[in-house]
Amino acid sequence: MVQEQAQQKLSIQFEDIAQQNESYIVGMWTFLVTEIMFFGGLFAAYLVYRVANQEVFWEAHRHLSIPLGFFNTCVLLTSSLTMALTVHYSQRGLRKQQLLWLLVTMALACTFLVVKGFEYHHKFVEGLIPGANFRFEPAEHMRVAQLFFSLYFAMTGLHALHVVIGVLVMTILAVLIAIKHPSVQDFIPIELTGLYWHFVDIVWIFLFPLLYLIPR
Amino acid sequence: MSVAVAKHGEVKHNYLNAGDTVLSWLLTTDHKRIAVLYLVSVTLFFAVGGLLALLIRLELLTPQGDLMTSENYNRVFTMHGVVMIFLFLIPAIPAVLGNFLVPLMVGARDLAFPRLNLASWYVYMAGGLIATWAMVNGGVDTGWTFYPPYSSSYSTSQVTLTIIGAFLIGFSSIFTGINFIVTIHKMRAPGLTWFRLPLFIWAHYATSVIIVLGTPVVAITLLLVAVERVFRLGIFDPALGGDPILFQHLFWFYSHPAVYIMILPAMGVISEVVACFSRKRVFGYHFVAFSSVAIAVIGFLVWGHHMFTTGQSVYAGMVFSLLSFLVAVPSAVKVFNWTATMYKGHIEFRAPMLYVMGFLGLFVIGGLTGLFLASLATDIHLQDTYFVVAHFHYIMVGGTIFGYLAGLHFWWPKMTGRMYPEGIAKLAALIIFAGFNLTFLPQFVLGYLGMPRRYHWYPEEWQMLHVMSSAGTALLGIGYILPVFYLLWSLRNGALAGPNPWGATGLEWKTDSPPITHNFEETPIVTEEPYAYENHHQQEEVASGTGASTAEA
Repeated sequence: MVQEQAQQKLSIQFEDIAQQNESYIVGMWTFLVTEIMFFGGLFAAYLVYRVANQEVFWEAHRHLSIPLGFFNTCVLLTSSLTMALTVHYSQRGLRKQQLLWLLVTMALACTFLVVKGFEYHHKFVEGLIPGANFRFEPAEHMRVAQLFFSLYFAMTGLHALHVVIGVLVMTILAVLIAIKHPSVQDFIPIELTGLYWHFVDIVWIFLFPLLYLIPR
Repeated sequence: MSVAVAKHGEVKHNYLNAGDTVLSWLLTTDHKRIAVLYLVSVTLFFAVGGLLALLIRLELLTPQGDLMTSENYNRVFTMHGVVMIFLFLIPAIPAVLGNFLVPLMVGARDLAFPRLNLASWYVYMAGGLIATWAMVNGGVDTGWTFYPPYSSSYSTSQVTLTIIGAFLIGFSSIFTGINFIVTIHKMRAPGLTWFRLPLFIWAHYATSVIIVLGTPVVAITLLLVAVERVFRLGIFDPALGGDPILFQHLFWFYSHPAVYIMILPAMGVISEVVACFSRKRVFGYHFVAFSSVAIAVIGFLVWGHHMFTTGQSVYAGMVFSLLSFLVAVPSAVKVFNWTATMYKGHIEFRAPMLYVMGFLGLFVIGGLTGLFLASLATDIHLQDTYFVVAHFHYIMVGGTIFGYLAGLHFWWPKMTGRMYPEGIAKLAALIIFAGFNLTFLPQFVLGYLGMPRRYHWYPEEWQMLHVMSSAGTALLGIGYILPVFYLLWSLRNGALAGPNPWGATGLEWKTDSPPITHNFEETPIVTEEPYAYENHHQQEEVASGTGASTAEA
């Protein structure tokens, strides 16, 4: 059943295909390390403030919708599964299945973004957007609650930006796969996108309990 | 291997003549051409930063404010810092010399990701131009450290634009770092094991690790300041619920290791040059290699020494102080090993070697004064004085720029195929050394006497020291301008270098000067230890421009 792997193009700087593929994968992992540190700064800031303001952070977090957050967690975890299937079929060179699972992954990613959009809208209606119009009861906790929502929007916003970038990359790949472009004949582009996508999911796996599930 | 030099103007194919159009440079993916692009860009930004330094020193000639208001003085020293640190010191050695040499030294045809490499230059230029745009449209006055809440809530200068510039430049160095890590891991020539790598490569590997781990943190931190400024989110401003000390922690978590991003590549250059011009193996190769890694690791754990006076807990202060003393150990290991390398060597006083010796002296002074600042009690007295200014200039200018100039002269024949003029190069090295010490030695005294940094008014009794310092700057300026002229002159008129004018070991010397586009006619195979100068007696006599090559098979 396994189709013949299409001939990969070897870039001039590499000796052979194995070296080229390994280089791309090591490069992607190195990039993901920078991403971990990028989010790490935000996570550190959040943890420092949460430890310092446990009580108000708990109060503020009750304005987040746990059902929506849970739903989105399920959506993203499922998208990791479908991305893994995409990579699986792409390694076997099965183009149609690869395209199908890639589109499913994109649909799930978009679902996540839409739900996130509803959540943001809800915060807007409730006056929980940090800034001049920020409202919070009781008023003496307003300053720290605003800090919580500043961090909430910074962290989920940066994560959502990563989801958007992921969707854009997947769209380009889907088009290239659909038109049988030679640059996506091997599994490396999908493999790298998969690594990135799993990273985006893992960030959410930390964001969800940290923001939505604060214990009393 | 071929003898490269043409005797009668016969033009040999190389990376420089592979295309003459502007587009062939702007769209190149050749690491050597990108290195040249970086060389031109960092030189321009160095000139900008240098002119700003000149303005600072002119203002400080007299105790009163003559040239500018306090506000403008704030802008000038801030922009001097931003330009010199983000646009010159951090990219200088990795992006110019590292870019040129890492693939050559590991025997590869190019870096692993040539297009990413070109992208890094474009991102660097975009960041640099945005920062320049901010400079000419009102400047920025927060100090290069961007401390909130001043930067996020109060400053009326172009903080946001400058931060966007710094953010982009950070990404350009991340791209370079990723490229180096992958190239060093995956693209070494057959036989080039980790312990046969030149120490320049070890230093760049350690640097890349710092870049990859540290730069994203400062990127997100600066981004948060910009977001706080634009959207009034409260993250660091205490009036909005935030904690400005947290910013300092996150900022220095990168910005202290950033000092090692500047100095480690210079140390890599020193190892190469000192071995070549002492005609000896580097003493204690493994120790020098691992000390780079040790500096990278311990360097991440010392950031708190910038914050001894900010109300950080005294126990944290003690731990950071101890760790700061600890990071001096691997640096000292290097200095001792370089000195031991020179011991009983056949030392040749070429211009690069003069810079190396200058480096050793200045780095020792810079390093030892760092210990004063790492001590909790003395730091209370010296914090934010000219002592600190002098200390970090000894490391960053005395270390990085001397390393950069040593490397630039050492590999100039490789990059251009031409020798620089030795006599005037030596003179420039001496002028820079003298000018540097005249500029910054008095500042230690000023700081000890209590002159705070970032002020342009001072009591009259300190004028003499300030005048000395400003006079040194003039000398330093002359020393920096000389290489611009004689290096450009040498492009046409320098003696032809040949593949290996210094009789040096290392793969980069086994190909033509300048190298062909893909570096080597065929992939080299490495069969010997690095710095095997004792095995190469036939290379003892340094080619006098005729370019005799005795490269091994």
